[in-house]
Amino acid sequence: MLKHQLSRRRFIVDTARAASGVALLGVGLGLYTKEAKSLPAYALRPPGVENEDDFLAACIRCGLCVRDCPYDILKLSELAEPVALGTPYFEARKIPCEMCEDIPCVVACPTGALDKELTNIDDARMGLAVIVDQETCLNYLGLRCDVCHRICPLINEAITLEPRHNQRSGKHTIFIPVVHSDKCTGCGKCERGCVLEEAAIKVLPLKLAKGELGHHYRLGWEEKEKAGKSLVTPDKEHKYNLPEGLKYEHEGEGLMKDSR
Amino acid sequence: MAANLPEQVGKEAVLVKGWWRANKWLLLRRTSQLLVIVIFLTGPLLGEGYWIAKGNLTSSLTFDILPLTDPYVLLQSFFAGHEIISQALIGAVIVTVFYFLVGGRVFCSWVCPVNVVTDAADGLRRKYKIKGGARFSRDLRYWILAMTLIVAAVTGSIVWEFINPVSILHRSIIFGFGYAGLVILAIFLFDLLLSRQGWCGHLCPVGAFYSLLGRISLVRVSAPNRESCDDCMDCFMVCPEKQVIKPALKGADKGIGPVITDMNCTNCGRCIDVCAKDVFKFSNRFNNDTLLNESKKEEVAP
Repeated sequence: MLKHQLSRRRFIVDTARAASGVALLGVGLGLYTKEAKSLPAYALRPPGVENEDDFLAACIRCGLCVRDCPYDILKLSELAEPVALGTPYFEARKIPCEMCEDIPCVVACPTGALDKELTNIDDARMGLAVIVDQETCLNYLGLRCDVCHRICPLINEAITLEPRHNQRSGKHTIFIPVVHSDKCTGCGKCERGCVLEEAAIKVLPLKLAKGELGHHYRLGWEEKEKAGKSLVTPDKEHKYNLPEGLKYEHEGEGLMKDSR
Repeated sequence: MAANLPEQVGKEAVLVKGWWRANKWLLLRRTSQLLVIVIFLTGPLLGEGYWIAKGNLTSSLTFDILPLTDPYVLLQSFFAGHEIISQALIGAVIVTVFYFLVGGRVFCSWVCPVNVVTDAADGLRRKYKIKGGARFSRDLRYWILAMTLIVAAVTGSIVWEFINPVSILHRSIIFGFGYAGLVILAIFLFDLLLSRQGWCGHLCPVGAFYSLLGRISLVRVSAPNRESCDDCMDCFMVCPEKQVIKPALKGADKGIGPVITDMNCTNCGRCIDVCAKDVFKFSNRFNNDTLLNESKKEEVAP
């Protein structure tokens, strides 16, 4: 073979070697990245992260948010931790977000991985508190623990107490803590505050914590309010067949003696 | 004169020029690399009020005013589909301009902490006469560089940061070490036993990126005194990118100027240190006129 043919052949082989070796590395890296995107449920992102995919395209793992957090809540993930290497997170049960009004972590972020459009910390959605265990929650058991409700920075908004009849005792009230997703920022104060050995209320990533109605679903009572009238059969006042001398008071009094 | 033995590299320079001049650039470099770590640690170690720099090599804020961002990681973020905002862009522009002037791979030899590890491996290779190992193209790093950008685009993530030893080491020193030692040990053993300068000189896409950044950089090492070269080979032995030296050092007959113009010269200055004949010095790329040098010689000669 001629010399230049040999060198051309060698060039092609060398190029193919480099390309296939690097492609192999690339495939491995890509597959590993797919796996690394699954953030464990206990790891919460700082405020201003809408979803993990966008965050991993933007976070350059500089740690400036960690440095500017006045309560040292955030940490950068280290090797062998199941959170994407070098990215910031916190664990609510260990140390929850204090919800600073000036949101210094978001201000510090150079890339906008923590979205600069978040200027009111009440709009943050780091996760959503969920009563994960009704069997151990003291309020569900009938006690007035109320710690999650009391400790919530948005008390009576993000967590309310809803009275229910205690069927076990027959004469008491159970105050059920109910979390409202339109207010809860996922700061984690309730999970940190829960007095149990293992918290009965936990902050979970939104995609785990929230259900979603079918898009064709309509809530009758909301539609009725919007329309100003019932959209199905108009409400008629219910007629009772009552014994002589009794009447039914619809304004909340119930069964009454007819004083007429 | 014949070539010096690998384990004797630099000895002659110490004898001729004294210890300080034979190690000056190496010491300055190590000081610079140490400072890059120290300025990030004053805050965490000494407490509030002693902050010099916050963050790490991917992005930092010095004295609460100077933002610096690694343009390579920002480019990956762009490929991953994230919109670049001005805060990061300003930092990246400052870094880009700086390395454009002083030489892109100045990052590798004056800033990067992995360089200390791979230099140590190279030094031990010389000392214990460890030869050979896997040979592969120095261009492989550019393939890897391209791959990191393509995979970033495909997966929508900054993928190289999952395994980048450069940021793993620097971040670990500043934010907590964990298992980072294993990664560094792997790089060290790779360079020591498997391939000379295998990581920094062949594979690392960060270095590859910065070499492109400093392709036509101003500050360059030059061999203005190349006719004094006695072929002792010390500079070739210590140079992490030895292919860059030959054209400048031995190219006088072919009309090649004395300036090392290869973008992979890291401006580490170790060749200046170890040369007993003072062949090399820091210069700039415009000081590269062969004819000018010849005429100077004539002036001196008569």
